[in-house]
Amino acid sequence: MNSILSPESCGINSDLEKLSGVEKNSSGQNNANDSLIKIDHLVKTYKMGDVEVHALRGVSFNVSRGEFVAIMGASGSGKSTFMNILGCLDKPTKGTYLLDNINVGNLSRDELALIRNKKLGFVFQGFNLLSRTTALENVELPLFYNSTSTKLRKEKSIEALKKVGLAERIYHYPNQLSGGQQQRVAIARALVNDPSIVLADEPTGNLDSRTSIEVMEIFQKLNEQGITIILVTHEPDIALFTKRHIVFRDGKIKSDKSNSEPKNATEELKTIPSVDDEVEE
Amino acid sequence: MKELNIFVAAFRALQRNKLRSFLTMLGIIIGVGAVITMLAIGQGAEYSVKEQIASLGTNVLIISPGSQQQGAIRVGAGSMTTLTQDDAQAIPIECPAVAYVSPDTRANGQVIAENLNWATGIEGVGVDYLQIREWEIEYGDLFTDQDVKASAKVCVLGTTVADNLFPDSNPVGQTIRITNVPFKVTGVLAKKGQNAMGQDQDDIILAPFTTVLYRLSRFPYLRAIIVSATSPNNIELAQKQITELLRMRHKIAGVNNDDFTIRNQSDLATAATATSQILTILLASIASVSLLVGGIGIMNIMLVSVTERTREIGIRMSVGARGRDILTQFLIEALVLSLLGGIIGILFGVGGSKIISSFAGWPTFITAFSIVLSFGFSIVIGIFFGFYPARKAAMLNPIDALRYE
Repeated sequence: MNSILSPESCGINSDLEKLSGVEKNSSGQNNANDSLIKIDHLVKTYKMGDVEVHALRGVSFNVSRGEFVAIMGASGSGKSTFMNILGCLDKPTKGTYLLDNINVGNLSRDELALIRNKKLGFVFQGFNLLSRTTALENVELPLFYNSTSTKLRKEKSIEALKKVGLAERIYHYPNQLSGGQQQRVAIARALVNDPSIVLADEPTGNLDSRTSIEVMEIFQKLNEQGITIILVTHEPDIALFTKRHIVFRDGKIKSDKSNSEPKNATEELKTIPSVDDEVEE
Repeated sequence: MKELNIFVAAFRALQRNKLRSFLTMLGIIIGVGAVITMLAIGQGAEYSVKEQIASLGTNVLIISPGSQQQGAIRVGAGSMTTLTQDDAQAIPIECPAVAYVSPDTRANGQVIAENLNWATGIEGVGVDYLQIREWEIEYGDLFTDQDVKASAKVCVLGTTVADNLFPDSNPVGQTIRITNVPFKVTGVLAKKGQNAMGQDQDDIILAPFTTVLYRLSRFPYLRAIIVSATSPNNIELAQKQITELLRMRHKIAGVNNDDFTIRNQSDLATAATATSQILTILLASIASVSLLVGGIGIMNIMLVSVTERTREIGIRMSVGARGRDILTQFLIEALVLSLLGGIIGILFGVGGSKIISSFAGWPTFITAFSIVLSFGFSIVIGIFFGFYPARKAAMLNPIDALRYE
């Protein structure tokens, strides 16, 4: 299966075809045994001058389709490095990472970019929206980098913005939106390419508690629709809304527990006094 | 489709920083404008130099009789009496590279008009003489072909002669006596000024060469035949045709020397044109320095832009932009800047040239070449100076770029 993205197939279009071929082969979203992510003895070592920093010291980890995983750990525990590798922004030093049966460790920079475009959606702590660019254009951004027509690009982006409840604000600029709304735009951007996984790095880190739960509500709803979500957080409250908790310590997985009864964000919101959205603006 | 998207993205990025984009473009605008204006001025100068030299008669050939040799003693040029009126008549018929022909003969004499007199030269010429010399009649008329055939006693005065003989009255229609032969004045020549040697060209009387030959000098041979080629480029050709014709007419065979000499002023023209071309190149090179400076301005701004937008680059990479997408985007931004700058610069250059023409009175010529050159140059500058910053952007590590504050 590693030959799917062999060095010869550098042409992006042929890569796209082969990638979509893989998706068809491994379809069956509800099959719990179907691993979307297979990570085996992942090691990441940075060189800071002469000193070697062991960020990850052998992490093995599988994620199936439809999971909702929270990765927790203190700073320096390696969770950020792990997320970067999961997000195909960085390559492991040792070990294998199979995403949708593609060995990410063997890919070139351009091929990683293609994977990020087609298979992954990112949500960041600082939202990372382009300023002076409308919500719609921000959501359209991933579609700029594959051959989506202008019309389809707009349709898909509006649809993604509807999913996160921002259909009314597509022409607003980030500075005209509240933090929660900006994060919803970022989620819409992550969703627009129908990714296999949404990776969220501290998505609630810059938000107040109520808005955080609103964002978690969106994630829960997306997860109910079958989207796999992996989120990094250091807030245990937030992790309670997810279905599986992984705790990192010193570059290793300390614990990996499933949460059979995740909190329902919609229910939770009813218990918190409503803060009018408009006040935030 | 994708390329168009990148183009749109580049354009939007420039729109977001309108003032900065404009100021960056200003470097190119000034550069291109300066190159076009300088080339226009240079080419205008070249044209007016050519024009002035042409008025000196760059396409003029002077055929004079050869030198005489008696034993070992060689008498100076023009001492032979070999050029005839028939030669002069044959030249325009047989030599297609020749435009105008005028026989030339000369007499000197005291000229009397009522109570004033003046010593001057009398040039006996044909009716085409003024065309050859590019000389105008100020008022009155030149004598006619008929006058030439009839050896009529008519003449045209140069302004110096006219001023000295008729200080207060109109000479046209008056009669003057040249060495006691009465001539009727038919016109006055326009002022020509000094020639290259400092001689007053206006101190002259023009009369039909036949009249001068038969009534003044009484010497039936021509001093010279003055010829103009159809264009300055045809001088060599005209010279060759005339040489062949005259050798044939004078029955000079094989290796025998010509019994005439042909002189021209094309060397002068070549030198003057070369000078003005050097001037043009000099002006254009000074102007292209500003284009270069404009290019460095683009590079500077693009580098600032890459640093400032590191985070944006990171975001774009995280959603799937490849290095080459980023490279293309920044390269296109640089290219759009230099292209727009180039177009506006062309408008400025054209406008500037027109303004200089109308205010300073200098002739300016805008050629398609100068527009294509400066436009092409600005594109090259955009790519050249845009490439380094664009590559810098493309090589960024997405993780570092995302974390950049």
